[in-house]
This record gives sequence, structure tokens and C-alpha cells, in this order.
Amino acid sequence: MLYWNSFSEFIAMGNHGVYVWGSVGVTALLMALEPMLLIQGRKRLIARLKRQFRAEKHDSSRSKD
Amino acid sequence: MNNRLINWFKYASPQSFYPIAGKMIPWFWALAAVFGVAGLYVGFLVAPTDAQQGEGYRIIFLHVPASWMSMFIYLVMALWAALGLAFNTRLSGMMASALAPTGALFAFLSLWTGALWGKPMWGAWWVWDARLTSELILLFLYIGFIALQSAIDDPRRADKAGAILALVGVVNIPIIYFSVKWWNTLHQGSSVSLTKSPSMAMIMLWGMLLCALACWMYSIAVALMRARSIMLERERHTEWVRALLTSTNSGKE
Repeated sequence: MLYWNSFSEFIAMGNHGVYVWGSVGVTALLMALEPMLLIQGRKRLIARLKRQFRAEKHDSSRSKD
Repeated sequence: MNNRLINWFKYASPQSFYPIAGKMIPWFWALAAVFGVAGLYVGFLVAPTDAQQGEGYRIIFLHVPASWMSMFIYLVMALWAALGLAFNTRLSGMMASALAPTGALFAFLSLWTGALWGKPMWGAWWVWDARLTSELILLFLYIGFIALQSAIDDPRRADKAGAILALVGVVNIPIIYFSVKWWNTLHQGSSVSLTKSPSMAMIMLWGMLLCALACWMYSIAVALMRARSIMLERERHTEWVRALLTSTNSGKE
């Protein structure tokens, strides 16, 4: 079923290893990085908005007194 | 007003789209993982070598899906932009902005994997060939769209300016697609055609299609994630965002 006879053959990619793994590596890196940055940015945004809403609530309750 | 019209636009409001998108994201991630593992398994472990190109041809399983996505995302982005200009819905601009960085990512990956494929096959990382140059212009269009939008403070005006840029840039998509036919280029012709039977072995075609499906699911998941953040940011003055973020059952946002 598998095409390769050995793991080292798979890594070598018939002398094209640098090109094949260079493509795979950068693709995997960027496709992992993008969602990670999105999750981080989202957490930061939610924290900022929550802080802002708390501050506004605090201000408006003080001004009523 | 017509009832059907109201119902249609109901789902185009960020307030109702936001929770639906949130429920869909994990499913798209799961599908992306399944298709991705299957596609890479077929492409890198099962598919036989290419008689002409040796093992270097395996870059095709990343290069072709990335290139397809870079063009397709642009078309979807331009479609949202056109809808935004026509109906002035808030969601349209948000979706267009959410797609642009992912499209730029795939355009970059297309060029990167193409360079790494070109070096062993043609002896050059880059040539000023019609296909390569038009794909580079696509990357610049994405970057231009993002830069233009971020340079304008008012989001609605940014949407309009970006939409016009996106629509003008659509002309580049058929140029990329047909470049290998219209000009005598170094880049090989299409491996998969809508009119002819594919010029590659069945198992290779399967690997490529599975990888392409994985990229589709990835793109949808990531675009929805980014769209949700854009919605919160832009709608922060509305009651629904306030209710969502100040409610006691946190974690649901």
C-alpha cells in the first residue's frame, strides 16, 4: 500500500528533500500560525471590550448618585 | 414590507450571524483535519513517483490547492464586496475583510511552493512568466486591499473603498487562470481541466482533491473566526455585543 520502502527514502524524496520539505514546512507553519494569531487577538479584544464595558458601567452608576 | 425579504436580511445581520458562525467553526476545523490527513497520506505516502519529475512533483499536493484557494477566495471576497456595494449590508464588508488575509496567505504559499518546485524542475526560483507574474499581482491586490482598508478610519467608508479595489482586481483572476493558454509560458498547463479528462493518475488526482478540500475547510473556519472578531470590534457600541460580554455566563462569547 505504501509507496516508500524505508523512512530515510521518504525523507530524502529522491534528492528533492529540501524542496519538498521546505514547501511542507512553511505551509504547515503559516497554516498553524494564522489560527493561533486569531485566537490570541480575539482573547485580547474580548478582554479589552469587557474592561471598557465595566468602566462605563462604573462611571454611569457613579454619576447617578 | 415583504416578509421574505425581512427573513433573508435577518441572517445577514451580525447579531444573528455571530452565534451561527461560532457553532459552525469546530465542524469546519474537524473536516479540515480529516481531509488534510487523508490528502497528505495519499499524496505523500501512497501516490507513486512521477516519471518525469521524480519525487519533487509531490509539491503539487500543496501548490495546486494553495493556488486554487488564492484565486477562489479572491472571487468570494469580490462577491461579498459587490453585495456590500449593492445592498449596503454590514455583514458583507466584514466578510470581505475577513477573507483578505487568508487569501494573501494562500497567494504567498502558492508563490513559495512554486519557487521551491521551479528550482529543481526549471533551474530557477523565479521567472517573469505570465502565470507567476499574475499570481504575484494577486498577492499585491490582497495586500493593497488590506492596506487600503486599514488606512481609512471609518469602517463603512473603508468597506466601500476596499470593495471597489476588489472588484477592479477581479480582472486578474481569468488572466491567472488562462495565462498558460494565452501565452507561451514556462509554467506547465493545468493538471485538472473542466473540459478534458485530467492529465494525471487517478491516485494523484485524489490526493490533490483531498488537499484542496482541506484548504477549503481551513479557509472557511479561519474566515469565520476572523469575521467574528471583526463583528465584535465594529459592533462594540451595540446592545447585543454589550449583552454578550457583560452577561454572567461568560465563556459563551
